[in-house]
Amino acid sequence: MSEALLEVDGVTKRFGGFTALDSVSVSIRSGERFGLVGPNGSGKTTLINCISGVLSLDAGRISFLGQDISTLPTYVRTRRGIARSFQIPRPFKSMTVVENLMVALDFAVVGHGLAEGERHEEVMSLLERMGLAAKAFRPSSELSQVELRKMELARAMAARPKLLISDEAMAGLSSSEIDEVLDLLVKLNGDGITIIMIEHIMHAVMRFSERVMCLDAGRIIAYGTPAEVMAEKRVQEAYLGAQA
Amino acid sequence: MAGAQRGSTFWIVAALFVAAAAAATFLIKNEYPFFAGYVILQFIILATAWNILGGYAGYVNFGTSAFFGLGVYTAVFLFKATGAPLLVQIIAATGVGALLGFLVGLLTLRMRGIFFSIATIAVTIIIETFIINWKFVGGASGIQMIRPAAMPPFDSYIKMLFVNSAVMVVIAVALARFIQGSWIGRGLQALRDDEMAAECTGVPTLKLKLTACVISGALMSAVGAPNAMYLSYADPASAFNLNYSVSALAMALIGGTAHWIGPILGALLLSVTQQLLTVTISSEVNVLVLGLMLVLFVVGAPEGILGLYRRARARIGGKSQP
Repeated sequence: MSEALLEVDGVTKRFGGFTALDSVSVSIRSGERFGLVGPNGSGKTTLINCISGVLSLDAGRISFLGQDISTLPTYVRTRRGIARSFQIPRPFKSMTVVENLMVALDFAVVGHGLAEGERHEEVMSLLERMGLAAKAFRPSSELSQVELRKMELARAMAARPKLLISDEAMAGLSSSEIDEVLDLLVKLNGDGITIIMIEHIMHAVMRFSERVMCLDAGRIIAYGTPAEVMAEKRVQEAYLGAQA
Repeated sequence: MAGAQRGSTFWIVAALFVAAAAAATFLIKNEYPFFAGYVILQFIILATAWNILGGYAGYVNFGTSAFFGLGVYTAVFLFKATGAPLLVQIIAATGVGALLGFLVGLLTLRMRGIFFSIATIAVTIIIETFIINWKFVGGASGIQMIRPAAMPPFDSYIKMLFVNSAVMVVIAVALARFIQGSWIGRGLQALRDDEMAAECTGVPTLKLKLTACVISGALMSAVGAPNAMYLSYADPASAFNLNYSVSALAMALIGGTAHWIGPILGALLLSVTQQLLTVTISSEVNVLVLGLMLVLFVVGAPEGILGLYRRARARIGGKSQP
């Protein structure tokens, strides 16, 4: 499994005069666990927004499964197999946990013609895996922070993605909760899902990733195995500041 | 299946409702109840139509009067130009309303919140200005409409319009109910909660919003069509009256927007009160009462009558939900 699943090629994104991403290129292999790090404002979430289609590109192109998806609307990209969670959880507040996941089955998984019973089974087994089965019929507005994070991952998973992008799914969680979410992501990867993890919690992302890319001010400053990236002087400077 | 049973109950109630409306026109000689009843039915349809976009999708539309007025003038134009019968007027108005819904939606549905609402008001003003300057349909001074004879078996045109409206109520409510229960409704609910998350979950948000806007607009224009005949008169100031926009919105909000029955309850409560006040005190008090009720509900029961009902049931029944 080494063919490229996602190909980001020279992607540039500007907001007015500010260049958030400056000609970023990266290739993600199928089945990979990929870590994306960088200080605040370095362009991590902007890159994710470009990949998922929330933002349009100013230059460059993105291909997925060998096809150019640069101009496709977000929902089509989701249907093709790119799912994501959000930095700040975005639940459908007026729905229960099960209903949140059903939205993905209704809209992202098209053409499978699942019967009502099968749909229910699929959702419940996902919630089971995420440890959310007990909350299945509770309104999503009642969930705790860690439960919301898990529900976001479950909802993304319900879309049956090939690529799952986890945008700081562990921010604000306790260390035991971090381990829980990390375990989940490793398990999902074991099922063949490619995962891009954006994270500030270094030990988590370093433990999880096979390859890591570090962004700073919209440019790639380091790229390689976790150990290589950590050893890179520019990464240390970006995080800790250059020593005088 | 419980769902199928609920479905047949709905259609039985709907059939009984239309039958009762029709029977009443033969049993009651006086025209006045139908004159007043027509207005109530008209507002049930308007509130139901408003709720499809405003309630399910959360896009607050202030342009109800644009669609309503367009329906009125589609009918006026067709009647004056070709003498088209009522049914043709309504069908044409439905089509024109759907088209306007599509165009307005395409232009404005990318805007969120208050910007969308302001854009819909602007649409009203544009269309009204156009009609004011169109002499063929009477321009600013309005146009007199001479009602043709009522179609048998009806003995008066007003009674015929009343039964017609009863049928339209059933169509509008059935549509709203269908949307609510279908994947369209679930998609609208998702995008109302969080548009970005919905899009990232595979919901084609723009398409769904457009669909809602087209259906909502088509219904609003359809209700407008019989109005010229109802009043035997049409003029821009009353056809495009902002009152329609405010009433439709207020009725849906007061009834509750989450379920199709909400706008019906709200429209019944408000328009029955208004009709009673018009008879007993004066028609100006109407507006005051509408405003007061809206304020009361927004402060005291933001989820409308439906919300009050749910809270009461939860308090009595404890936690009976799974």
